[in-house]
Formats: sequence, structure tokens, C-alpha cells
Amino acid sequence: MTAPLLSVKNLTIDYIGETDDFRAVDNVSFDVAPGEVFGLAGESGCGKSTIAFAISRLHKPPALIRKESAILLDGRNVLDLDQHGLADFRWREVAMVFQSAMNSLNPVLRIEQQFYDVLKTHKGMSRAAARDRTAEMLKLVDISPDRMRDYPHQFSGGMRQRIVIAICLALDPRLIVMDEPTTALDVVVQREILQRINELRRKLGFAVLFITHDLGLMVQFCDRIGIMLGGKLVEQGTADAIYRTPEHDYTKKLWASFPSLHGGVLR
Amino acid sequence: MTGTSAPILTLDKVSKTFGNGPNAVRAARAISFSLHAGRALAVVGESGSGKTTCARIAMREYEPSEGRLLYKGKPVDNAGAKEIADYRRSVQMIFQDPFASLNPAHTIAYHLKRPLMLHRPELKGAAITEEIKALLKQVKLDPDIVASRYPHELSGGQRQRVNIARALAAKPEVIVADEPTSMLDVSVRLGVLNLLSEMKREMNLGLLYITHDIATARYVAEDIAVMYAGQIVEWGNTGKVIDNPAHPYTKLLLSAVPDPDIRFDDPNAQVSATEADETRRRSAATQETIREVEPDHFVRAA
Repeated sequence: MTAPLLSVKNLTIDYIGETDDFRAVDNVSFDVAPGEVFGLAGESGCGKSTIAFAISRLHKPPALIRKESAILLDGRNVLDLDQHGLADFRWREVAMVFQSAMNSLNPVLRIEQQFYDVLKTHKGMSRAAARDRTAEMLKLVDISPDRMRDYPHQFSGGMRQRIVIAICLALDPRLIVMDEPTTALDVVVQREILQRINELRRKLGFAVLFITHDLGLMVQFCDRIGIMLGGKLVEQGTADAIYRTPEHDYTKKLWASFPSLHGGVLR
Repeated sequence: MTGTSAPILTLDKVSKTFGNGPNAVRAARAISFSLHAGRALAVVGESGSGKTTCARIAMREYEPSEGRLLYKGKPVDNAGAKEIADYRRSVQMIFQDPFASLNPAHTIAYHLKRPLMLHRPELKGAAITEEIKALLKQVKLDPDIVASRYPHELSGGQRQRVNIARALAAKPEVIVADEPTSMLDVSVRLGVLNLLSEMKREMNLGLLYITHDIATARYVAEDIAVMYAGQIVEWGNTGKVIDNPAHPYTKLLLSAVPDPDIRFDDPNAQVSATEADETRRRSAATQETIREVEPDHFVRAA
């Protein structure tokens, strides 16, 4: 394997309480190669979203990252960045798509303006240059550029999610963290969006950290997968290995909890 | 959707329109289905397809704009107070959100006591307490631990079991479950579905299972109805519809279900966005013609 793009080492995160601390992430280590899709699966409360937040340094007190932890992007420790370094790092290096990302667009601004905000802040682009870039990015996610003058409510949920992804990609980040990006969408739209992201990462070469509870979807999309339980990474391997030869009991149990279209029925 | 027994609940060409004039939304269009004792019908569709509207019509929460709701063969729209009370007891609902559907200020025992007092007045004093215990045991919760607790002390899965117990307290004949597991963790979903199926079998209940997840529909329901844009586009025996889909929308839905055997990189596995849009456009048009694909499997002509 080539040198990893993202290297999470001994990541330990506690939520500080008045009497007890709650260990949300317990000594988790994994690597993501350039251009790779790495999946983190587990049920709610297992710490997968806490990891996603920590990677973009979006965690807030009472979350506390313990000293021995390191999050390396190209060998540089994200945890050491100051405010100025962070502003450069976020979006340009690592972009994030959240679960309800389609609601993260500002309802009173035109799509064009929301692209411009990002492009001006991070790259100092002019209006005209930003408009060209916006058109290019919208085309990338199959939305007609002449709709950039529209407002978010004029688009469907799936389209809004694609617009958020286009804004994420506008600065050519090397890693996109996607935390349950399609959970709020129906399966057909979900498939369209993830298929498109898969094509784009082949074309543009960004890596994806993909977080979901849906193991079947994860195996379809990811190259490698890590399974989390109670803050610990209990198993990691290629998507194929996690699907065909899961080793940890919890992974096996997770698989057994999905009724499939071809498997057994109850009735 | 043929059943051996007489149907308990029937929607007969029911339509529901919201709003007036050009902005009117036809949320349900000529919906017909029946629920039978001991059988589950899954209504599957994406958000906005009208499946919850169907559930609400069955619950008498919405009056149908057209068509009739029949209870044991009799229309319920002109029923008297006593018949309506009987209907309310007989048709119980389980909601999607296990966190919002229990009152945070009351114990679990209180949640079960209310329907018992209302619907089963023959129970008095200690008999109520005994029945509460029996109900909790039935949904595989330990009454000694759970009865005195408050909702916030229980997990989502446990709360959904309390919701099932509350529905069973009224001794219903039909249970309408609207996405009962979509807000639960994957590891507890199956337990709740298994419990619902078990109750259906043991107590000979008719189950209306509303879901967007066609794989779980196949898991629990004998019959299935696929909805799109307010219409049931394909229906019949669940196995037949899923193994041999005839409507373009059903095919599209099935092709998009997450399947670990198919990788996104596989060129044969691609769902084309333009074809999907075309399928949606065609499926949204009103389709009058009904064709029998095979016995117990019907489709509307797109």
C-alpha cells in the first residue's frame, strides 16, 4: 500500500462528565490511502460520528481528545493545528458531508451565492471565476448550471444533497468525511448519489471516509471497512473479507440482523 | 391480496386530496387493499409516495376524499358512536418514533393501564396489574424491572416493545405499524420485527406494515403493495412481486436496494439517473389498466 493519506493513531476521546468520564472512542487506529473509500460501521453510540468530528477538529467540549492520540493527514498532525492552520485545512484538505446535509444549505441564499462564499473565503476568487467553477461543479453532480440562480427549496432532497457534495468538492479536497450522507434519502436516490461519488473519486482521486450503519451498502461502496463496537475498532479488513469471512462475533451478529432480499423469511 | 378469511379492514378505491385547485396534492389515488386475520400486508414506497396517508385513512385520522373504508364489510363513515368506539379498540397503531410516542412524565405501567381501563372495563384493581405484567411479558420485557420505569430509562427497542404492548392491551384485531423500526438501531430492528410477526401469528392479528425498506417487507409480510406517487403500482404475494417484478418502478426500487453481492464498480450494476427519472415520470401518471401477471400478482400498466 502507498503511504496513507489519513492515519488515525491511538485515537482516544472522552466525554468529560461531572463525576465520570465516558470513553466514546477507545484507542482506535486506522489508515486511509489516497483515493480509497474506507467505511466505519457500527450502531448509534459506538463512536463513529465522534471520530468523524475529531478528524475535522469539529469536536467541542465536553469531548476531550486524550494526549497519546494523533490524526495525521499526509504526516501532519491535525490535532496540532492552530486556528489559522485549521481554516486552511478545513474544506481544502478535508470536507464533510453530514447526515442532514441537504438542510445545511442557507434557505435564503441562491445556490450560486453559497458556492461563492466558499470560493471567495478559501481561494479569494472573483464573482466571475466563482460562477465558472460553480457551473463546472454542478455539472459534475448532474445538475444543470442554469439552475445556480435558484434557491434550495426549489430542489428535491436528493438534488440538495448533491449540491452540498458539489460545494464540498469545489476546493478539490483530498479527503471527504461522509457521516450517514444518504440516510434521509430513499434508496433509489441514495444509489444515484453514491454511484456518482464513486465515479468522481475514480476521476478526481479524493479519498472518502464513509460512515453508516448499513453494512450492505458499505460493502457495495467501500474498499476497506472497520467495524466499531462501544468505542473500539473490533475488526477491519477489505470489504470482501468483512462480507464473506467476518471474524469478530459482533460483525457476524451485525450481518445476521439484516434481512436480505434473497435470504430467509419469517412469516 | 386474496385471503382465505373474510377481510377485517378494507380500503375500497380510496383517494385523498390535500388542498384545492391547481396546487392540490393527490396523496392517495384509488387505493384498494384488505387486511386479513393472521396476515401481514406491507405497503412499500419512498417518502412522499402516500404510504402514511394510507395508514392514516385506515386509522380514521383522515377522511377519504373518495372511496370507502370498510370494517368487517360495513362502511365506517356513517357508523354510530358505539361502532366507532369498537373500531378504535379494534384497530391499533404503532408509531415510527419510540421517543415521542410515550409520555415522558408517566411510568410504563401507566401507559398500559390507560388502554386497559378504557377498552377493557371488566378488569378491576389487581386484575389490571396482572394484565400489565402479562402484556410486558408478552413483549419480552421483565415487568419487575420495566413497569415502574419512565420512558427515558428505556432504550429505543424497549420503548417500541412498550408501544407494541400498549397496542395489544386493547385486544385489537388489526395493528397498523408505520415504519416501526426505522428509528431503531440495526441490531434491535430484527427483534422488534420478529416480535410483531409472532404477535400476528399467535393472536391472529391483521398487520399493516408501512415501510420504505423492501427487504424487511419481504421478511415479515405475506402480501405486498408497492406505492409510487399516491398509487399502488404493483401488488400481490410478496415473493412473487419481489422475484418477478413487472412494474418499472418496482424494478427500479429493487435494483437500488443495498446488496453486498454487487459492487458499485460493477458496470452491470449501474442505476442510470436519466432512466430512473424517466421511470419516475412514467410511474407518476395515472394508470387505470390493471393486468394480472400471474395468480396473486397484479400490476398497473405504465
